[in-house]
Amino acid sequence: MSKKNETTFREAVREAMRQAMINDERVFLMGEDVGRYGGCFAVSKGLLEEFGDERIIDTPLSESAFTGAGIGAAINGMRPIVEIMTVNFSLLALDQIMNNAATILHMSGGQFNVPLVIRMSTGAGKQLGAQHSHSLEGWYAHIPGLKVLTPATVQDAYDMVHLALADPDPVLIFENSLLYNNKGLLDTKALALPIGKASIAKEGQHITVLAYGINVLKSLEAATILEKEGIDIEVIDLRTLRPLDDETIMKSVSKTHHVIIVDEGWKTGSIAAEIMARINEQAFFDLDAPMQRVCSAEVPMPYSKHLEQSALPQTEKIVDVALSLMDRS
Amino acid sequence: MQLNKELATKFYKSMLLIRKFEEKSIELYSDQKIRGFLHLYIGEEAVAVGTMHALTPDDSVIATYREHGQALARGISANTIMAEMYGKVEGCARGRGGSMHLYDKEKRFYGGNAIVGGGLPLAVGMALADKMMKHNRVTIVFFGDGAVAEGEFHESMNLAALWKLPILFVCENNQYAMGTALRYSESQTNLAQKAESYKIPAHQVDGMNVLAVAEASEHAVEKIRNAEGPVFLECLTYRFRAHSMFDAELYRKKEEVEQWKSKDPLSIFKTKLEDTGIWNEIDAEKIELEVEDIVRKSVEFAENGTLEPLEDLEKFVYSTGAQDE
Repeated sequence: MSKKNETTFREAVREAMRQAMINDERVFLMGEDVGRYGGCFAVSKGLLEEFGDERIIDTPLSESAFTGAGIGAAINGMRPIVEIMTVNFSLLALDQIMNNAATILHMSGGQFNVPLVIRMSTGAGKQLGAQHSHSLEGWYAHIPGLKVLTPATVQDAYDMVHLALADPDPVLIFENSLLYNNKGLLDTKALALPIGKASIAKEGQHITVLAYGINVLKSLEAATILEKEGIDIEVIDLRTLRPLDDETIMKSVSKTHHVIIVDEGWKTGSIAAEIMARINEQAFFDLDAPMQRVCSAEVPMPYSKHLEQSALPQTEKIVDVALSLMDRS
Repeated sequence: MQLNKELATKFYKSMLLIRKFEEKSIELYSDQKIRGFLHLYIGEEAVAVGTMHALTPDDSVIATYREHGQALARGISANTIMAEMYGKVEGCARGRGGSMHLYDKEKRFYGGNAIVGGGLPLAVGMALADKMMKHNRVTIVFFGDGAVAEGEFHESMNLAALWKLPILFVCENNQYAMGTALRYSESQTNLAQKAESYKIPAHQVDGMNVLAVAEASEHAVEKIRNAEGPVFLECLTYRFRAHSMFDAELYRKKEEVEQWKSKDPLSIFKTKLEDTGIWNEIDAEKIELEVEDIVRKSVEFAENGTLEPLEDLEKFVYSTGAQDE
């Protein structure tokens, strides 16, 4: 019998890891400050006490080596979860992620798969400046061999850890740090929607709004505002940036004939651009108007609050673009 | 190390196979049968043969892009290595890897890594998994002197020492990072000392002397199996050939190359065998014929191999078929 409990995004991730570690002795967590500190965002708080320091491993500040170690351990039979404190620091591990995790299955002619899970926080919005505010999930989605997951809901925060651990290949989970305190209902017994499937967060008739992570929530807020204007948008939670769920996207486009993509990545070369290209290739004649994007401004993230907020996708911007698209501005 | 007929035959044959296999590879490269990068190991054979001798089939091997020697010494068939360099399906990585990316699951050979230093973190993880699962295995990882300048080297040394992991680090110091001599790239050219600074027992070894390498490796592996943590061997060696097939060798003098060639691992091993009288016991002529036969057959095998059908291009990107597209 399914039972739903209210919990936070943070607790959902933690509980998923806890359950995984109870159920599978091959699972362990490794990363900076995941143990004694309890995790930079307190996601792993309490796990050290429960599982000990052989399975909750505090690493030195060596992103490349501990990410590579996760790859090696995965190839050699373990099911590691590597926590990279933030996506910003994942750049120090990019060689391992791109040149090893993503390639070894292929380079070995299918002999060695890499069942590795890498979790990292992502996103801006806390005035942390240009080096601590990246949203590079779209960038990682460029790489064949990786899977890229972007949970928006408490349920997905939980499910995606399990989906990633069950996957035979490297999976990256991007947790927007502004979501950790969000509350929602969690059903730990529910059947998870698989990797590669988007979900319809809100059905609608007029515009397909495609978003992932925190921007699903902003899009839902926009939906409420737009409803008063008589505009009924459909919000699709992409969930997975690689592989993208073309089927769900095109189906919605063929219904609404209008598209807005909301993406915290920079516009140039973004996942939003990739999605536009796919719609162009697969559903061009379903469109009644040019597709629109709400992305981050093309600047390194500024510190000052008003500038940072202005650089990011916001509910109001989605509303404005939707009004303009429906010619109601 | 007690040298006897059996061991002498094994070492000599193994080194000779690497030498002859690569000499053939050069011809095949000129004939455009082999393409891409081809990094030759000629001159360094004693390192692969000596270190591999200390391992069991259950141990794990991670090598660099200059890994024909390690692959052959580990017992991967010359046939599948040659077929790999031909880009054929019968290759040890189905033609997906090439010379720089040889893999063999059965031999626990985890590649050919072509990013300098990139294999070191993998070795840390392999060994970490073995330690966690209480497997009494050793992971051996090869890297060159150039890797020592990479951050991944230092990060990996620290983790291996900190977590007391069962790793044999084998630094193949062939004096050059591509064309840059060690003295132009390292403030401290004694690389063993760098490992020692991480509290890893480290030794410099004559990498041209297969017996010295084998002895040092046996001692090291014994300590590692006793859960004493990692050991570092700096094998002083030299590549007789260019860095790759595109290298004009502007950075070193012919006299220097000749000087090192006087320490050819095959020649000095032969001299050693002659001095001890074992040379007369082993049938060198027979060994040579056997080796030539293995090489010839590997070429036949590769020539007769098949090309992967184009419709399989996107295979092996994900384990469970074409999930993305």
